[in-house]
Amino acid sequence: MSKFNKKKGGELPAVNTASLPDIVFMLLFFFMVVTVLRKDNMLVQQKLPKADQVEKLKKDRSVFIYAGKPSSRYKEKFGTEGKIQIGDKYTDINSLEFALSEARTKLIPELQGKVVVGLKVDEQTNVGLLQDIKEKLRDLNMVKIIYITAPGNDVQQ
Amino acid sequence: MGRRATPEVNAGSMADIAFLLLIFFLVTTTIEKDKGIARQLPPKQDEQPPVDIKEKNIFVVTVNKENQILADNELMDIQDIRAAAISFLDNGGDGTCSYCKGEKDLASSDNPEKAIITVKSDRETSYKTYIQVQNELVAAYNFLRDRESERLFGFKFTKVKSAIATGDFKGNEERAQTKLKEIQALFPMKLSEAEAKKSQ
Repeated sequence: MSKFNKKKGGELPAVNTASLPDIVFMLLFFFMVVTVLRKDNMLVQQKLPKADQVEKLKKDRSVFIYAGKPSSRYKEKFGTEGKIQIGDKYTDINSLEFALSEARTKLIPELQGKVVVGLKVDEQTNVGLLQDIKEKLRDLNMVKIIYITAPGNDVQQ
Repeated sequence: MGRRATPEVNAGSMADIAFLLLIFFLVTTTIEKDKGIARQLPPKQDEQPPVDIKEKNIFVVTVNKENQILADNELMDIQDIRAAAISFLDNGGDGTCSYCKGEKDLASSDNPEKAIITVKSDRETSYKTYIQVQNELVAAYNFLRDRESERLFGFKFTKVKSAIATGDFKGNEERAQTKLKEIQALFPMKLSEAEAKKSQ
């Protein structure tokens, strides 16, 4: 008879949570590995234009040029004219050469000859600024460029 | 009594700590996926050799500072650029292009080999419009390349190209690359850029 009495406490047994830390740690490590903390502090507005006929950028061989109006908190100091940013400081069009070659030295040596310039330009910028940048890039013989865009397309077909 | 058993560390809060860290990394993670329109700038030359290009082989897209678009001397909306570029590239006016399905208009381009698209922009044109125009023109090329690759090999050019780029392509990659090259040769991308002119 005592065999049947055992079932008396009809509560659910507690779920064993001993492996919960392991699962959470696994997720944690995954996110730690994939996280790239943003290196460059954005000084210019970055609302990229949309495009859908795009190619992927090879990250290991690229240097970035940001351009656009100064962000809202820098507006008072730097005005609202389009500005160029490389790394985390504003760059003048004439010192672009120096800033770019400095950025290039940070890449691994084998890829320095195949450098691709990623242009992250705000959609409200004038093409004139872009033209100046491209002219300088031609002088520097960095002719591979990529206009980085946001996914999507505003144009209704 | 030589050794006393070390008391077990209470690991119950381990999960909480790990969760805290996990949430921090979840929030800060931005998996960046930079994509864009790739271009090759023309190399710097001191003097440019004059090239004889017939006017009918050039499709000029002009964007003014009001972001209005003039394509082939017609005021056009951005929506119509793609179709206009496709009919220009696909025209095949001199009859040498066997795969073209265009109107064979003598006043338009001779064949895709010779057809050149030029984008002229003002210095005050907005970058948004500029990229939209570039995007539509690339779309025109991609449309034609897709059409030809489906006809010849039964796959979509753009799909296979992006699959190779992301490493998802199954099958013989080298053979696919040569096929892609063939398609590219059928419709070579000849997009030139004039320097932006100063607005008056």
